[in-house]
Amino acid sequence: MINKASKVLLEVKNLKAEVGGVEILKGVDLTVRAGEVHAIMGINGSGKSTFSKVLAGHPDYTVTGGQASFEGQDLFSLEPEQRARAGIFLAFQYPVEIPGVSNSALLRLAYNTLQTERGLEELDPLEFDDLIQEKIKVVEMDPSFLGRSVNEGFSGGEKKRNEILQMAVLAPKLAILDETDSGLDIDALRIVAKGVNSLLSSDNAVVMVTHYQRLLNYIVPDYVHVMDGGRIVRTGGKELALELEARGYDWLRAAA
Amino acid sequence: MNLTPKNLTREQCFEQLLLGKTVKSAGWLENIRVEALAHARTLNFPSVRHDDWRFTDLSQLYLHGFQPVDSFARLTLDDIRQWLIPGAIRLVFVDGCYAAELSDLKHAGAGVVVTSLAERLGDRQVESSFGRYAPYKQDAFVALNTNFFEDGSWVHVTGEVARPIQLLHVASKREVSSAIYSRNMVVVEPFSRATVIEDYVVEGGVGLEGGTYFTNAVTEVVLKNDAQLQHIRVQREDKNAFHIGHCTVEVGKNSVYSATSLAFGARVSRHALHIVQQGEGAEMHLNGLALVAGRQIADTHTQVDHAAPRGKSTQLHKCIADASAHAIFSGKIIVHTGAAGTDSVQSSRNLLLSGKARIDTQPQLEIFNDDVSCKHGATIGQIDAGALFFLKSRGLTEERARNLLTHAFAAEIIAKIPVPALVEALSKTILERMGGLGT
Repeated sequence: MINKASKVLLEVKNLKAEVGGVEILKGVDLTVRAGEVHAIMGINGSGKSTFSKVLAGHPDYTVTGGQASFEGQDLFSLEPEQRARAGIFLAFQYPVEIPGVSNSALLRLAYNTLQTERGLEELDPLEFDDLIQEKIKVVEMDPSFLGRSVNEGFSGGEKKRNEILQMAVLAPKLAILDETDSGLDIDALRIVAKGVNSLLSSDNAVVMVTHYQRLLNYIVPDYVHVMDGGRIVRTGGKELALELEARGYDWLRAAA
Repeated sequence: MNLTPKNLTREQCFEQLLLGKTVKSAGWLENIRVEALAHARTLNFPSVRHDDWRFTDLSQLYLHGFQPVDSFARLTLDDIRQWLIPGAIRLVFVDGCYAAELSDLKHAGAGVVVTSLAERLGDRQVESSFGRYAPYKQDAFVALNTNFFEDGSWVHVTGEVARPIQLLHVASKREVSSAIYSRNMVVVEPFSRATVIEDYVVEGGVGLEGGTYFTNAVTEVVLKNDAQLQHIRVQREDKNAFHIGHCTVEVGKNSVYSATSLAFGARVSRHALHIVQQGEGAEMHLNGLALVAGRQIADTHTQVDHAAPRGKSTQLHKCIADASAHAIFSGKIIVHTGAAGTDSVQSSRNLLLSGKARIDTQPQLEIFNDDVSCKHGATIGQIDAGALFFLKSRGLTEERARNLLTHAFAAEIIAKIPVPALVEALSKTILERMGGLGT
């Protein structure tokens, strides 16, 4: 929901970043206010996934220019864990398997870390279990997944649902969903989208990075941005996504 | 005696140990002791030129002139409470001497005899099995142990024993550097089953202030036909101590021997485990974990001899080395000519936590038979960068994320131990060793 009076969460100006000496982001500008849903679309290699990883602080990427602030704080002065504690959440395109760490143990550890950061009480395993039993309903996940090692042996769809479960537990101010729709069948997509929608409020925001318009039928964006060659080349409303679906990306590339 | 010689040579260290206190015992054992001493005199401690020891630097051990333990340290239950496993049948030895008042044998009823060896020397079972398996004619450490050990544990399993049996070997804090000899003998009769925990610890569990100590431990295990044993070995000695252990296992027909050996403590440690599959259709499952930091050296040498048909062996050994530590694994699987239908899988997985740490791993297969299925593999890696970033992106600090991943790597081995109280205690120990999961 667009409300120009609401608080600016993320402000990115002329962001440039490289990986292995190759410049990928060549000057990205983006402003995200509380309550907004943004979609970033683009062809493979346009820089949209890089953008999400840079915001979360992935160590493989080097910021070479520009600024980004989160609630007024310089984002690039923060370690990845400090960004998470400030309220940024990245749902991974390829969720990591962690054998030997149970899903519930990780969720509790992460939750309590954030509780401490926010000056709130930590939950013991029993209290946390009550919380988690509520949260797994958001993504319609079987409770048996809680006792299993993080993502180990999960299907693609289960991994993506697990990411959204983490988002539900950690309640971020800004959630960046990096191609969360990729590899999902229609049922899983619907569940994931429903989960994300149920977490939206006027205090938080979502940035969805996606290749396809399909996800946007379920999570309706306020803004659609098209990335190409490491820049946002066009911004519009949700109708822009439909136009892309109909016409492809080439007309924009030619225009740029 | 306050004299603790230091900066000795390998030969001097050995000579010093040969001066140990003579232990008198029953005739048949006396003969073995005399024979062992004679062999000891012809042997010497190995140097890194010895092929079996080429990765294992014992020079720190050899610097010390270890004195025999000349008085019995009176410890109370409070001194060892942190090591106790609730509900276990327990034998306790302090510096190699049996401590009846710390032991708990009230649950050792039908199906098992658990006693001090010295009290049982008149038992024909003891006489017929003791010393038959340990290589005291070939190995200088085993020879010294066989001559100088004062007492040890005798576990004779004749039924199904549900409670774990803990053989707790405690080193007391002493002014002088001491030589401690630990000895264990476990015999499992047909259709019998037990869980035995061999546990090496230090009084109070915190750093030594006076002398250091050297534990020389020898264990013999026999599984007759159709027997089962879960054998857990925990080496959690003081971080300045030295520990050399040797265990020989003979496995009879259709028997199942499962071993978990853990090396956490000691400045320098070595555990050699030699298993002989004597009977057809026997199974051997070996799991091991060495977790070392600082300047620790931990060596695990295993050898499995498939000497009978249709044997099965599985092995998973993990080493984790931090700081300037050095872990060594050598695992040999030998399939002898008669051992048709052998099925063996061996895996060595290793985690280096620092640029200065070192891990040497040598999985080895020697096959003298065509009709076998044998696989082995080894990996050495560091903490996975992707997993680390994922955990940090969920708010965990770098340190906490690394510790969580290291703990998870170790937990795979610990979790296989069928004694929940021990799993929990060891899991806690690992976290503490890594500085915890504190924010």
